Amino acid sequence: MENTDNQGLFLDRLRVSLRGETLFEVSTRVPPGEVLTIMGPSGSGKSTLINAIIGLLPPVFDLSGTITLDGQSLTGVPVERRRVGVLFQDPLLFPHFSVGENIAFGLPQHIRGSERRQAVERLLDAVDLEGFAARDPFTLSGGQKARVALLRVLAAEPCALLLDEPFSKLDTALRHSVRDLVFGEARRRKLPVLMVTHDAQDAEAAGGPVLNLEG
Amino acid sequence: MRSKRNGRAGSGPPADVSNRSTASPPYLLQLFSWAAIALVFVPALLGTFYMLLMAFSGGEGPLQAFTVLFQVPGIATSIGLSLWIGLVATAFSVLVTALFFAAFAHTRLISVLSGLIRPLLAIPHAAAAFGMLFLVAPSGFLMRLATPVTGFVHPPDWLLVNDSAGLSLAAGLALKEVPFLFFVVLAALPQIDRRLTVTAATLGYGRIWGFTLSAFPSLYAQIRLPIIAVIAYSTSSVDMAMILGPQLPPVLSVQILRLMNDPDLSLRTAAAAGAIVQLGVTALAIGLWLLAEKAVARLFRDLATRGIRLRADGAVRSAILIVAAWTFLVTYIGLVLLLLWSVAATWRFPDLFPSRFTLDGWTAPGSDLIELVWRSAALGIVSALAGTLMAVGALELEYRRGRVIGRGGWLSLYLPLLLPQIVFVSGLSFLFLRLGWDANFLAVAAVHLVFVFPYVYLTLAAPWHHFDNRYLDIARSLGKSPLMALVRIRLPILLAPLLTAAALGFAVSIAQYLPTLLIGAGRLPTLTTEAVALSSGGNRRLIGVYALLQAFLPFVIFALAGLIPRLVWRNRLGLVSAVREPSRQSA
Repeated sequence: MENTDNQGLFLDRLRVSLRGETLFEVSTRVPPGEVLTIMGPSGSGKSTLINAIIGLLPPVFDLSGTITLDGQSLTGVPVERRRVGVLFQDPLLFPHFSVGENIAFGLPQHIRGSERRQAVERLLDAVDLEGFAARDPFTLSGGQKARVALLRVLAAEPCALLLDEPFSKLDTALRHSVRDLVFGEARRRKLPVLMVTHDAQDAEAAGGPVLNLEG
Repeated sequence: MRSKRNGRAGSGPPADVSNRSTASPPYLLQLFSWAAIALVFVPALLGTFYMLLMAFSGGEGPLQAFTVLFQVPGIATSIGLSLWIGLVATAFSVLVTALFFAAFAHTRLISVLSGLIRPLLAIPHAAAAFGMLFLVAPSGFLMRLATPVTGFVHPPDWLLVNDSAGLSLAAGLALKEVPFLFFVVLAALPQIDRRLTVTAATLGYGRIWGFTLSAFPSLYAQIRLPIIAVIAYSTSSVDMAMILGPQLPPVLSVQILRLMNDPDLSLRTAAAAGAIVQLGVTALAIGLWLLAEKAVARLFRDLATRGIRLRADGAVRSAILIVAAWTFLVTYIGLVLLLLWSVAATWRFPDLFPSRFTLDGWTAPGSDLIELVWRSAALGIVSALAGTLMAVGALELEYRRGRVIGRGGWLSLYLPLLLPQIVFVSGLSFLFLRLGWDANFLAVAAVHLVFVFPYVYLTLAAPWHHFDNRYLDIARSLGKSPLMALVRIRLPILLAPLLTAAALGFAVSIAQYLPTLLIGAGRLPTLTTEAVALSSGGNRRLIGVYALLQAFLPFVIFALAGLIPRLVWRNRLGLVSAVREPSRQSA
């Protein structure tokens, strides 16, 4: 077993620059089950930070420093092997898949045969969406879509969760319940969570440290 | 937004952490997309080069081929006709399209009409030309309609088609070019800030005049390359010219074809010399057009500052609508006439409808007809599938490299559309003949691909670039490879535009006359080559059958392309909103 001190997401002098100009430099640690909130005005590079950690930074940017997840460096690791889940502002459910297929798309390959279907149903049951597997995602409400998007990420058994203003398009009532669900699941699964937002209430609800990105 | 999130490639300087997770795009994909571009411009350049070689090295002296060429009776007239017809057809088509959008941009009429015009893109030139022939010829439907006024009992002895000035040919070309330019403008229009025309209107300018002064200059810059392609086509079309063009002498491109097919083999070098002259004629037409552009721009700059408002343009707008609608309607009426002729047993002159019907036209050719349909469809399917596959490869490579094709890529894509077919396709046919590739199905399909690929690529590029790449980011972060993201996410979501692009490729292939005739060495006849061959005879029933089938095949494929996504995704309402209706900008 690995040393527990290694667990979580480490950013060590992570610097992103564009044509020689530094956008930001971050050094921080997000322990398992904790939410680190990154705040900053638009244009401060919040989404760029997310892209850097997922491994989708456009080539025009230059990156230095290290990203370590559970003791393993992510340097040079392709996106699909990083096991970093991400939730965007929009649920972005694949429109050509059913709700169940969307979630099954996230499930790892080692779950086989009828177990896949059962795993999907278990996940749906846990968020009060039993019987939704065959539904067209287009017919879901905003809150239902947000929940399915979360299930799809969790199905892939990520080691960290990144949230890119994930609640900003939900109305106030929904925002509370979806927020509680996301943070609750992340805590239960002991996932380090990094959230970028410009909403102070999100930061408050997260209950973790807040880092301001000034650029 | 494209290229924002698509950077996972590039080698970059080795920083202490390189975040570009994947190395450069797979070698195979690079090879694939280079092959795609090579398959387009290498044949175009090779064919042209071979023609040059033949023209200057065939015969005894370096210029002997040209001496022979200029002894062909009426050759000077042929050259003049090609230049004149090319410019007239292009000017008319551009004028009608531009005025139409000036009068009706941002109105509901555009969207209503685009549904009517879109099918016209799929109609082969030859079918449109025959339809027009049956409408306006002295014994055509219009003359029959006019008999109550004219009192004619016999078709008049007028040159309404095949006129020596080539006006009927220019009109026929416009039938295909106006719909093409309509969609080119429709695709470019969203990039023009609408507030420009609104500003002009609030300053008291009439609709047409305000649009012309405020929006048209930037619009024109966007549609210039397609217009140049229209000039190249109009100065050198072969199949339409054989059906509607002047005959004694014909336009230069048809004269070149006659020289090539002459039993006297020594005339082949003269044909090669003719191809070089054709290249010059097309270049001259483009040059004259560019000069005219400058003159018109200067004129309008001058007029713009005089304060002329032209507010009362209601009547002009109606007139424009009538002219534009007529260019769209002629083709549709032509199709109906093709159908009537294909089943007419007796259809005497002043009669509006056949007096007796027969199915002989459809049944008599029997197995020949089935073979023609089969070969036409097979060529279309092979080249459309290959073209779509290549376009997907090229677009995926662009995406992974994080940049779109540059100027050089664009020009090499457009090259086959800017060079006269008669020049490089005949060059290729001579070359293939030497290599023993003549009358080879795959060789014909490969040359069709030269024309199919650019259209498929241009059609697919817009929806591909509009795709929300975050879907792919999510798939990747869920542990899927780039290939899986392409195959499981992007391609299924883009099913409708993929099939539309493939259907367009099919239509382009069906319409090919010269490549099929020359590369097939006349031994791989299709509906198109047979229909055009019938034009010199007078068998209207057979012409009706062949031309109608030729127009019908692309219709069937387009219908399937529209139907399949609806069936496959009938339970997926989100696909309607996730993928914008592809702007089929070209044909």
